[in-house]
Amino acid sequence: MIALFENIGRYFMLLGKVFSRPEKMGIYYRKIWFEVEALGFNSISLTAIISAFIGAVVALQMAITLESPFIPQFMIGYATREVMVLEFSSTVVALILAGKIGSNIASEIGTMRITEQIDALEIMGVNSASYLILPKIVATVIFFPLLTLFSIFVGIVGGYAIAYLTGIMLPGDYIEGLFYYFEPFSIVYALVKGSVFAFIITSISAYCGYYAKGNSLEVGRASTRAVVSSSVTIMIFDLILTQIMRV
Amino acid sequence: MIRADHISKTFDGRTVLDDISVEFDTGKTNLIIGRSGSGKTVLLKSLVGLHDVDKGNIFFDDVCYTKLNFAERKNIRKDIGMIFQGGALLDSSTVRENVRLPLDLFTEMTEGEKRDRVNFCLERVRLNGADHLYPSELSGGMVKRVAIARAIVLNPRYLFCDEPNSGLDPQTSVVIDNLIHDITKEFNITTIINTHDMNSVMEIGEKIVYIHEGHKWWEGSKDNILEADNRELNEFVFASAMAKRAKSVSR
Repeated sequence: MIALFENIGRYFMLLGKVFSRPEKMGIYYRKIWFEVEALGFNSISLTAIISAFIGAVVALQMAITLESPFIPQFMIGYATREVMVLEFSSTVVALILAGKIGSNIASEIGTMRITEQIDALEIMGVNSASYLILPKIVATVIFFPLLTLFSIFVGIVGGYAIAYLTGIMLPGDYIEGLFYYFEPFSIVYALVKGSVFAFIITSISAYCGYYAKGNSLEVGRASTRAVVSSSVTIMIFDLILTQIMRV
Repeated sequence: MIRADHISKTFDGRTVLDDISVEFDTGKTNLIIGRSGSGKTVLLKSLVGLHDVDKGNIFFDDVCYTKLNFAERKNIRKDIGMIFQGGALLDSSTVRENVRLPLDLFTEMTEGEKRDRVNFCLERVRLNGADHLYPSELSGGMVKRVAIARAIVLNPRYLFCDEPNSGLDPQTSVVIDNLIHDITKEFNITTIINTHDMNSVMEIGEKIVYIHEGHKWWEGSKDNILEADNRELNEFVFASAMAKRAKSVSR
């Protein structure tokens, strides 16, 4: 328990260093764009594949589950949209990206720590925490909401494709369901969750890597810790945000 | 000049440095030597500010570094260059980007001035032509030379080297030693090298401090280390078969 509070304290102290005034903004802008590519654009294909299949599976499951003459077919499209917007595209995609991006960040920064690259930056007088972590946080917090929107779109298209290809329902009914009782605030809710989860994944993973000690085994452990800790924190904040922003 | 004044450092209750006082001279190649685990790396990292000492003070010329706050230390760090054991080059940056980074962060130079300065430093370590390579594409000796170029790019007043020859063959070690020594003289830098390479000691050791079990055990130069009347130092200096044979032949 004491270790947990110690970690939380050190995490917030690290965030204090991360958000202190950067040395030169120009360098940071360049690094942000680099991170947008490394952490954002490189996650598009994984997000697309998973979202398309989940959208299709959700539509298929809904079609099987809601097979009743008393339930209109357009409810399948409605349910698919709600699942994608409210939970899947923000939370589940975040959990998947916690594995991909979280382990990437923790191992990158952890390796820099054990090979003394972070010490080298500190000796130069660079605020290493800010220089290494801030661009990653800014890049993901900006890009994850876009990735969330993309995931919603691809998931819905996946559902449409399965309806069209298998004939389990009329594509027209599916589209009607997509527009049924649409609450625009649910998109805002998904985007906010995307940003918050991006911050959680990036900052926790960076923290795990930044304080890695020892050898390559420790980098592996830091990477695992990053994925587990950020996944658990995402679930906790999912609950909190759902309660606060009830759609 | 860099001066340590009665510094001590403990880790988890274990004393690693015990009341060490030593002065390192400007324009000289100062060496810290000792067996593995003797505390020499901790001493070097304490001097450079990577470890905070528990007791005592460290002075950079007349400035007491240990009493400075974070922002004031930052100013002194711009005068410090450091060469790490493994080079510590940024893996995701090319040789040119690695050397240029301090200029980007701490100077208002124009692009042309930065290019000229990087070219000068790379030329100084005889690495012109390798500027587009990544650290993973370099040999051990080249990594060390890039690290030297990066360390001197801001014209430092103090240069710290943590085992600059580790992992290098004897010939490349001599090249690196001479390069550091020449740069020290050329720019009148206070250089402190942490090593257990006796070749370096005999080649460039203008001032040598021997650390044994966290204590300063002996202080001198390459001219008097072979005649030193100190059992632990002699065991260290004449540990290798070659050194023992050389000693018996000279007798």
